[in-house]
This record gives sequence, structure tokens and C-alpha cells, in this order.
Amino acid sequence: MCRESPLPPIPTAMSIGQSIPPTAATPEEAAPVAATPRPKRGVPSGLWLRCDECGETVFRKEVEQLMSVCPVCGRHMYLSARDRVKFVLDEGTFDEWDADLMPADPLKFADKKPYAERVVAEQKRTGLNDAALTGAGMIRGRRVAFGVTDSAFIMGSMGSVVGERLTRLVERATEQNLPVVIVSGSGGGARMHEGILSLMQMAKVSAALARYGEAGGLFISVLTNPTMGGVAASFASLGDLVFAEPKALIGFAGPRTIKATLRTELPEGFQTSEFLLEHGYIDRIVRRSDLKSEIARTIDYCGK
Amino acid sequence: MSAGPGLEFEQPLQTLEAEVRRLETDAEKTPQQHEELRATKRRLADKTREVYAGLDAWDTVRVARLQDRPKFTDYVELVFDEFVELHGDKFYGDDRALRTGFAKLDGMKVMLVGHHKGKTFKERTECYFGCAHPEGYRKSMSKMKMAAKYGMPIVCLIDTPGAYPGIGAEERGQAQVIAESMLLMSKLPTPIICVVIGEGGSGGALGIGVGDRVAVLEHAYYSVISPEGCAGILWKSHDFADKAARALQLTSKRLQELGAIDDVIEEPLGGAHRDHYQMAARLKQYLVKQLRELSEKPKDQLVADRYEKFRKIGQFLDGGAA
Repeated sequence: MCRESPLPPIPTAMSIGQSIPPTAATPEEAAPVAATPRPKRGVPSGLWLRCDECGETVFRKEVEQLMSVCPVCGRHMYLSARDRVKFVLDEGTFDEWDADLMPADPLKFADKKPYAERVVAEQKRTGLNDAALTGAGMIRGRRVAFGVTDSAFIMGSMGSVVGERLTRLVERATEQNLPVVIVSGSGGGARMHEGILSLMQMAKVSAALARYGEAGGLFISVLTNPTMGGVAASFASLGDLVFAEPKALIGFAGPRTIKATLRTELPEGFQTSEFLLEHGYIDRIVRRSDLKSEIARTIDYCGK
Repeated sequence: MSAGPGLEFEQPLQTLEAEVRRLETDAEKTPQQHEELRATKRRLADKTREVYAGLDAWDTVRVARLQDRPKFTDYVELVFDEFVELHGDKFYGDDRALRTGFAKLDGMKVMLVGHHKGKTFKERTECYFGCAHPEGYRKSMSKMKMAAKYGMPIVCLIDTPGAYPGIGAEERGQAQVIAESMLLMSKLPTPIICVVIGEGGSGGALGIGVGDRVAVLEHAYYSVISPEGCAGILWKSHDFADKAARALQLTSKRLQELGAIDDVIEEPLGGAHRDHYQMAARLKQYLVKQLRELSEKPKDQLVADRYEKFRKIGQFLDGGAA
């Protein structure tokens, strides 16, 4: 991961996988979403960035031009859902669906902070109203149903809204005979704060994908850093083709859980994209700069 | 049968139970002793009702994990007339935490699938305390497909703390098999009944949990994450597992209110561990009734209804009002 210099401590809250951009943790940040201008998401302001992978200090502008990839070591850094839309879909073609679905708080869940407050703080911080964006758009002139989860919004975890948006995405794609592309960035898996309802979203989206598959649909799943738990164990693994960005953390159980269970060190490179490629669970490792053309080519091969 | 040590709310019940046993051992009872026995039994029943009506979510988790609660093999013996275990996943190995085979239920031929936690220490180690590996789910998927092919309904008994978190499990695609299993179960053209008999631990449970009927025994639980896991992440310490359990609202009653499950199967007074026979009888009654109902439905209807059932789960605000 790369982050701004000087380095703020990255909280490990919600992190099953590994650290992601800072989570709003203070009450001041939890003010309601007013008409304040949206902050630039993901990449912090400042002229310089330091790459966590190689430790080099690099120009922020240069990193941005490379779609948030480190110019020195090629590390694929965090990318927000909106930026993902910008980089994968043709300019101005994204037609967002179900934007008016908002998270509820069915359990009145509260840990150190009530879920309702956490949601508002995350909405303010990310400019999203939940962790997934869905809609239709074009990829080099090919119309697709497109979904993306943002790992900055409560770890990109799937609650009722994410589950519902993705299910509707897949159902509409079935009706309209569109290819489905979902880019996952979800370290949190199924969202704890909505309890069993989050767990059941895994079954719901998978069932929609089953119908879609039987109707002959093409689903391309793109895994990015991190994709863990209930997201990895549902739609993200169900692609007809599964792509992954280089060196992304992908797996079922979090490395810390495994370490604690086995009381042993984990092998080098465990649960990375390369590890999954070696073990046969993904089709291709695709660099961010090539993603758009790789998706377009796949759609053409499958005649969709 | 008594509960294991450590459950403070079981203490007064165990004292009373010991008292009843002592009174019952007197072969020659005076009328006075008969009366005392009756009174003690009544006190025991009242107290048991009171204690078990007042269990909170964390108590429920601990009851669901009790060692002497009936396990998969107990139900195999008490509910089914025959069980022919089918072992292999034809790919890697034979997972002992997830067992599959032909079974007879009140004259009906079914495919039985279930987690087994083990009853002895050796057995428990062998089946990783009910935590299945990918080969377990691969095995259950292949047996379920076979069941659909030969027109057999499927019964899944769920009792797992979660799918196994380990290096081998990740190498062999734990995430992928759970996803595939849910996808498969959502479209199999045969009746599927899933019952959580103890622990319904997250994806490991849901991996065999997509059915036409999903039921949870009264004192079992079903959760998106273990209370310990949740506490570790949100409270930064496993010591807050009790708080996490209450926050997760993982008890059968709440699960039903939230619309995540269809039915709650009532347990005998004082929990399934107090009366395996009665619990098994109730489970059998439920399975038979539901299977007879589901068998009437045309297969297309069955699959369509199953889809709609899961399709409706979830709560959100529509229309933008936060």
C-alpha cells in the first residue's frame, strides 16, 4: 500500500485482510453528509507519495497519471470506485443504477461506534452511499453491466445495499443480455454490522449469477487488493473468467486468523494474486493499464 | 444428561437434577418422600423453563457449542433408518468434517449432508471440530448433483464454527468452493432442507445452507462471523465476544424476525442436550412434514420459489432518505 508522506498511522479497524486508506474514526468526522464539496478520494492531497512496497518517494501527479500505480515498482495502489469507473469504462458512458438505495440499520448495531454513525462518516469520507457502485456503461464501445466495490467504504464489505445492487445488476444484465463485469475490492467480506442479512447476500447474488449463467451470460470478475471473506466466497469467485491485479491480497480467511489458528508463519506470497494463479484459481493477472483492453478482448472472444 | 462445566446458568439446574436423582434412588419411598420428589421435579421444571427462557445471545452460543448436545452422528442414529456414507470427492480427499451419504427418512430416500464435530477427542481432531476443508464442499456438491439426478431430496444438517482457516484450505480454493456450492444449491431441481443443529458459522454454514426451507433449532445460532472474530475486529479483543454475540443478534428468534430463516424448531425443555430422543423426534417430524410438502411441488416452481426466498432477504432504504 502506498500512502501520503508524512505518514499517518493506518488504523486496522475492520481490517480482516490488510490496511487500507484511513477510516474515519473520530466523532468530528461523523457529521452528517451536508452539501460540502466531495473530497478527493483515496489518494491524499500533497505533492508527494511514498510507496509502501518499494519505499520510494514519488510525484503524486505521476502516480495519478498511471492510475494509482507506483512508477518505480509497479505497485497497484488503492483506487476509488469512481476512479475505477473512469478508468475501465469509456468516458461519460456510465449510467448509474439504484443510486437511491441507502443502508439501513436493521440490528441497531453498535460496537465502539454505532453503525448508523459509521455509515454517515463513511459516506462523507468517500462520497459514496455504500460500498458498491453499479450501472451500465461501455468498454471500448461494448455495452456492459458494470459493478465495483470500494475497499475504503467499511472495508468494501457487502451488506444489504451491496447485495441488492449487485443482484439487480445481474438480473438486468440477464434481461438485457449484457456481459457483467464486477471489480471487487472488499477486505471486509460480508458486513458484520448487518449480521445474518449480510451473510445471506452471498447466497442472493450467487443465485442471481446462477440464473445469469444458465441464460448464457458472460461474467468477468476482476479481483483487486483486497478481496477476502464473504465477497471472495461468493460473486468474486464465480466469474466465467477471473482476472486479478498484480500482488492483490485474495483469500477466504484473513492471514491473521490463519496465523492465529495455526500458530505458524505463513509462506511468502501466501494469498496473493500470484499464489492464486499458481494454484489455478484465476485465469489471468492483468495490470491496471491493460484491464480495459483485456476485458474488451474477452467479450469479443465470447461473442457477447 | 447434564451440561458441561462453565455455564453458570446451568448450575442451579444441575443441583436440582442431582437432588432428583438422589431421591429417585431410594427404592422404598415413604409417601413423604414421594411428595418431596414430585415437588423437586416441579421446581426443576420451573427453574429450567425460567433459565432457558431468559438466555441471551451469548448464552445461546455457549449452549449451541455444548459438548453433549446431539451431533450429526446422533441424529443419523435417531432420525434416520439407514445411513450409507459416501466418502470421496474424487479430487483430493475425504473430509471428515462434512459427511454425505444415502439415508432413509420415514421410508423416503434422501441424500444426507452434514457437518460433524466429533464426539471423542480423537474424532474431534480428525474432523477439525467441524471445520470443513474445500474437499468437503466438493464432496457435498458432487453428492447433491447425484441426488438431483436420481430424484432424491437433500437434507443438510449444519453444525460448524466456520470453514477451516488454513494454508491447505486456501491453496485448494476455500472461497471458490463455498461460492460454487451456493450457486449450485440455488438451482438444483430437487427439494432441499437445511437445519442448523448447533453452530451456524458464517460461510462454512451457508456453503450447505441454500435450501427451500432453512430452519434453526431453538438454541442453535447462525451468524455472519463468530462472536470471537467479530469482537477481535471491532472491539480489538476476543474478551468482548459476549457483547459481539448480542450485537450480531444471532438467536433463532431474531433470525426469523429478520426474515433470514423460515422456521425455528423448538427444543425440549432445557435444551437439546437434556433429551436427545425428544430433539431427534422433533427434527424428524419437521423434516418429514416439510419434505412431503415440497415433494408435491413441480420442480420449476420449487427452484423459482427458492430463488425468490433468498431474493427477498436484506433491509435497505429505497428512495434516498438516509
